[in-house]
Amino acid sequence: MLFYIARRLLYSIPIAIGVTLIVFSLVHIAPGDPVSAILPNEATAEMVEQARKDYGLDKPFVVQYAIWLGHAAIGDLGTSIGSGRPVFDEVAGAVGNTVILAISAGLVACIMGFVLGMVAGLWRDRLADHLVSLFTISGVSLPHYWLAILLVIIFSVNLSWLPPLGIGPDTSDGWRPDWAHLQHLILPTIATAAIPMAVIARTMRAAVVDVLDQDFVTTLRAKGLLPRRVLWHVVRNALPTTLAVMGLQLGNMLGGSVLVETVFAWPGTGFLLASAIFQRDLPLLQGTMLVLAMFFVILNLAVDLLQSWTDPRIRRA
Amino acid sequence: MHGALSPAADALASEVPPAPQRHQSYLRVVFGRFLRQPIPVIAAVILLAIILAAVGADLVAPHDPFQTRVSRRLAAIGTSDRLLGGDELGRDVLTRLIYGGRISLTMAIVPVAIGLFIGGFLGILAGYAGGRVNMAIMRAMDVFYAFPSILLAVAIAGALGPGLVNGILALSLVFIPPIARMAESVTTQVRGYEYVVAARLSGASTVRILREHVLSNVAGPILVFSSSQVSVSIIAASGLSFLGLGVSPPLADWGLMLSALRQSIYVNPWVAALPGAMIFITSMSFNLVSDGVRKSMEVRR
Repeated sequence: MLFYIARRLLYSIPIAIGVTLIVFSLVHIAPGDPVSAILPNEATAEMVEQARKDYGLDKPFVVQYAIWLGHAAIGDLGTSIGSGRPVFDEVAGAVGNTVILAISAGLVACIMGFVLGMVAGLWRDRLADHLVSLFTISGVSLPHYWLAILLVIIFSVNLSWLPPLGIGPDTSDGWRPDWAHLQHLILPTIATAAIPMAVIARTMRAAVVDVLDQDFVTTLRAKGLLPRRVLWHVVRNALPTTLAVMGLQLGNMLGGSVLVETVFAWPGTGFLLASAIFQRDLPLLQGTMLVLAMFFVILNLAVDLLQSWTDPRIRRA
Repeated sequence: MHGALSPAADALASEVPPAPQRHQSYLRVVFGRFLRQPIPVIAAVILLAIILAAVGADLVAPHDPFQTRVSRRLAAIGTSDRLLGGDELGRDVLTRLIYGGRISLTMAIVPVAIGLFIGGFLGILAGYAGGRVNMAIMRAMDVFYAFPSILLAVAIAGALGPGLVNGILALSLVFIPPIARMAESVTTQVRGYEYVVAARLSGASTVRILREHVLSNVAGPILVFSSSQVSVSIIAASGLSFLGLGVSPPLADWGLMLSALRQSIYVNPWVAALPGAMIFITSMSFNLVSDGVRKSMEVRR
């Protein structure tokens, strides 16, 4: 196991380097001079000169990358053009809100997806299975930003049950676990969780069906094992595949958050990214992307380790 | 070990059909099987209707997509000359949905086609060459996998700036890695087949083996997988437009229409929901059709 962890950790390093390289390139694929991209329009000649020196823009690409990486490693992600504040502070302020939404949506997606997939798998080709299939097929084709708007139309406009925007009665202060804030969390959670839930349910169903077809299940039943004990074996064997998909889906939720957070004006990283794009605030775009992508890399690592922990066969692969 | 291969790709990878002996008859068999599945056939008809309407928008659309009319601003569904309502400038929503389909479909299909060519080429190369070439190509793909797909598209399009071409470029980068991965996995599998080994031993050139033995076997699964990616692409492409990263007004695709009509949900909520419904129906149809084709290609046991 230790060997596997070490190998997997080593493997993450080139991936992380590749990720930083792509994020760094974002400023360079932007049209125009990189200096004008990272400085506000009204920047003075000295500021331009200073930026050129700071970022080594007169030096080769690789050197520039190394300088940027060095800055990023100590938490210096540059200055936001829009707000004039350090990018790091802007991103740090938004990460918490995204994490709240991700945890809430992640729990809903994983639990509901797991249960629905299991029900469909155990009652294969019965009514429950068909209903879940219908739901999962629509779920994977659903534009989540449209679902978000539909939810607002139904629950905010028509029924006036839930608030359509923001994280709480007063967006300027942070999130608190009280009823008013929970109300604001419900619609974004559903919109964020829907697609991952469908994908997880689909995977879980396939895994359960697959395990049920194996000979050892017949053996267990023939031995006279109680149905709930057989069920445990089925779950145990279906789990690794489902866990892998769950991890990926959690990561994709971070990506999808750009659109859902925009619809609900949820002040998280996705919303920040959208406003960075809107204002052509490239340092903010770069910084937010770096943080989100690093989250994703770490998440993938965690999922792989978790998966190998639940499925010993992977470690030997 | 990465666990990122989608279930669909897994399923396809294990279902490489045997070499067709007579190509024509194999296609006919697949087509015949497809026609016997009611749901995919219905989806195919809907998809065809949407595509035909978009292509022939000039003939089908009831109005001029840019003609504004103050008296029809935010008209409700069913208004006499605004069958599916009017938008914020009184333009006909039905007409704009039909014209919008042109842009939405282009922005969804072109990136997957680019991904199919580049990703398919890289994947087959990696799978057939194996060893270090495989390692180099597939590890490079892994880096792109380290971003959630929509996020990567949004960031690249955001850096490049809004526009149809930039959007297509950004989305193409998203679809190269999954298609390459799929192509690599089927090619690796086919490469180990006895008749491919036999062909190699009998001295056939690499080009000939690739063309006659490998390509004919991997083309089907790769094409079907790519077509299923269009359903993802249409959601991502409209998402980019929704954020304002696609075409600029007065042109509009479904994503941009959704974003514009969103402002009027308190006045006219169901008109606002229409462009999203088009995205959903199109995406679902692509999913169902490619699922149907995949099932038709399966070897009956």
